[in-house]
Amino acid sequence: MESGEGDQGGLLCILKDAEGIALGNHMFLPQSVTPQQLQHIVNQLLNNHEKLPYSFYISDMELVGPLSHYLESNKVSVEKALIIVYQPQAIFRVRPIYRCSSTITGHQDAVVSVAFSPDGQQLASGSGDTTVRLWDLNTQTPLYICKGHTSHVLCVSWSPDGKHLVSGGKSGEILSWDPLTGKQLGSTIKGHKSWVNAIAWEPVHITAPCRRFVSVSKDGVARIWDIVLRKPLLSLSGHTDSVTCVKWSGDGVIYTGSVDRTIKVWETSEGKLIRELKGHGHRINSISLSTDFILHTGAFDHTGKQYSSAEEMKKVALERYNKMKGNKPELLVSGSDDRTMFLWEPFVSKQPKTRITGHQQVINQVCFSPDGQWIATASYDKSVKIWNGITGNFVATLRGHVGKVYQISWSADSRFLLSCSADTTLKVWDLRTRKLKQDLPGHADEVYAIDWSSVGEKVASGGKDKTLKLWMG
Amino acid sequence: MLLNHSNALALLPKTPLRDMAVTLMLIHQPQGDYIELHRKRYGYRPDHFERKRKKEAREVHKRSSIAQKALGIKGKMFAKKRYAEKAQMKRTLAMHEESTSRRKVDDDVHEGAVPSYLLDRENTTRAKVLSNTIKQKRKEKAGKWEVPLPKVRPVAEDEMFKVLRTGKRKTKQWKRMITKATFVGPSFTRKPPKYERFIRPSGLRFTKAHVTHPELKCTFNLEIIAVKKNPNGQMYTSLGVLTRGTIVEVNVSELGLVTPAGKVVWGKYAQVTNNPENDGCVNAVLLV
Repeated sequence: MESGEGDQGGLLCILKDAEGIALGNHMFLPQSVTPQQLQHIVNQLLNNHEKLPYSFYISDMELVGPLSHYLESNKVSVEKALIIVYQPQAIFRVRPIYRCSSTITGHQDAVVSVAFSPDGQQLASGSGDTTVRLWDLNTQTPLYICKGHTSHVLCVSWSPDGKHLVSGGKSGEILSWDPLTGKQLGSTIKGHKSWVNAIAWEPVHITAPCRRFVSVSKDGVARIWDIVLRKPLLSLSGHTDSVTCVKWSGDGVIYTGSVDRTIKVWETSEGKLIRELKGHGHRINSISLSTDFILHTGAFDHTGKQYSSAEEMKKVALERYNKMKGNKPELLVSGSDDRTMFLWEPFVSKQPKTRITGHQQVINQVCFSPDGQWIATASYDKSVKIWNGITGNFVATLRGHVGKVYQISWSADSRFLLSCSADTTLKVWDLRTRKLKQDLPGHADEVYAIDWSSVGEKVASGGKDKTLKLWMG
Repeated sequence: MLLNHSNALALLPKTPLRDMAVTLMLIHQPQGDYIELHRKRYGYRPDHFERKRKKEAREVHKRSSIAQKALGIKGKMFAKKRYAEKAQMKRTLAMHEESTSRRKVDDDVHEGAVPSYLLDRENTTRAKVLSNTIKQKRKEKAGKWEVPLPKVRPVAEDEMFKVLRTGKRKTKQWKRMITKATFVGPSFTRKPPKYERFIRPSGLRFTKAHVTHPELKCTFNLEIIAVKKNPNGQMYTSLGVLTRGTIVEVNVSELGLVTPAGKVVWGKYAQVTNNPENDGCVNAVLLV
């Protein structure tokens, strides 16, 4: 082997994917090799017909320039083979948002939740003034005011096929709306005794058109409803305290996280408890699945293609889901008041895969990136942290907020991360440089809710100042 | 345990064996329980309840005579105890009243919605800058502030200063002592006494102020950063004199205020609302 001095020297390398499976044998690469050339090699070795973009990591540091730059800045033993991890990138790019395109007033009280429809064509917001409002994204004006709630609207949720919108209120009522006319469908669905914390829909690749959704409430019960029959199908009781978060997984089970420190896994046909994941020392604030993005968007992708029939939608969604999931089980990450996160493989083991520590304050939200490679966490310690989505290793801390970070949202291509905070700003972070990309001031008060549209470069944010802001790339 | 057994045994029908057992157990019994034991065996005295009622009825009279007679510290202690009892009684009454009276179900929608992730948490009162910074800057430039106390009584020089006579024969009269409260910065070092014209007594120096946020209606104990303007004149401003109406800059970083651009505000102006030299503390109102 050569000594590795200067640019002429070569280096023994091995390419591995994120799981650590080697691609080909050891290779003797010149030190001047660039990521573009490595990308070429990977595409060749994988026999990809279309050339896919890849990024390369050496011990969790992204390789930006030629290999020699990395070798100069880091002491690398030339005796051992250098492990280069390749990760596929999204084939499309989302431009980072950098300006506020409009500020729409209308809500009479704080905007508590905003949600883009899965196809990115519609926007709904729920507010403390008991209304749900639908907004016209093209003209950036109010479209419909949906009245019907008797208390604060805490959450709005679109079905993955984009046909239904349901909203949950503080007195436990759930209403469904027709997003095309803004009219209430049927009557108010009652059942919860206290406020609704979250709503999750059954993924479209399991049933199409979407019918069932699950809502979780402060009263400790999760209920499965049918949107067509407008009837409660099942009531999942077992938690002893407020249920804070819920996800309907692609495998057809429901995960609920609660203040009673447990995550419960439910089967959906009879509502049986399958598993209980214990480990957290304090209330669980948020859970996220590695396939969250696909489950949320269903069949809709960055191309903005619309589907005419439900069967077609189901087929495409299943295809996307399987492609995203690969042959590995779904991962679940949970963030808690005990300042730690746990990474679970609920289908493999009751024990957590890893315990992730690092935050100094309550973790308010955890979020898998759309490609499942990263986990982002928003914490009250004013920082956003990035973790490896497969191993749970620490990757980067994004500092810049001067208040509690409330919510985070990924861009569809996993290249950017958006965070909103009590300090009235939104911030866009670049995952490549791990630095602040754009600071977006504008709100006059705390920002409570953000959503990055899965199609196109649009972001909506709402906060305590009663305005809804749209941001553009 | 023994005691309980003896009590239980005492209830058994009378036999010599029982009496022996009771006597044996009673050897180990503390003295005070004979009354109880007696009552268990023979019941209450026939006039017990009558006596008790009378004693209770007399209790108020007895207490009032004590209240009237008790003097000095004893009287004070008695009054304090009685006050606490009465307050407790009032509280208990109110509690019971609340539980019996039927309340209407609260149907109103409350202002100030928060997302579900904040609903369960205790909210700390929190100040917020809602006014525009540009406006604020313009005002600052003009040097004009709409303040809570627009006009203050002018303070004459001889009220502000006390003339100190110096020199061996106490004939020199150029030294002045400030009779008002002052703020002295942390970096202040005294001049040599020979050249020190103004003395700011250390007993009247303040570093902290009780600052009230007018919108939140809550008060914080904040550090004073500087004296910005004393309405009585530039000289008093530079001396750091704190009189009523003085504008001071206070450190608000712990309030967690942020500018619209998301930066932390740490210095904000406040106006002194009391006469610190009389009260021994500085009270101020935050200018928002």
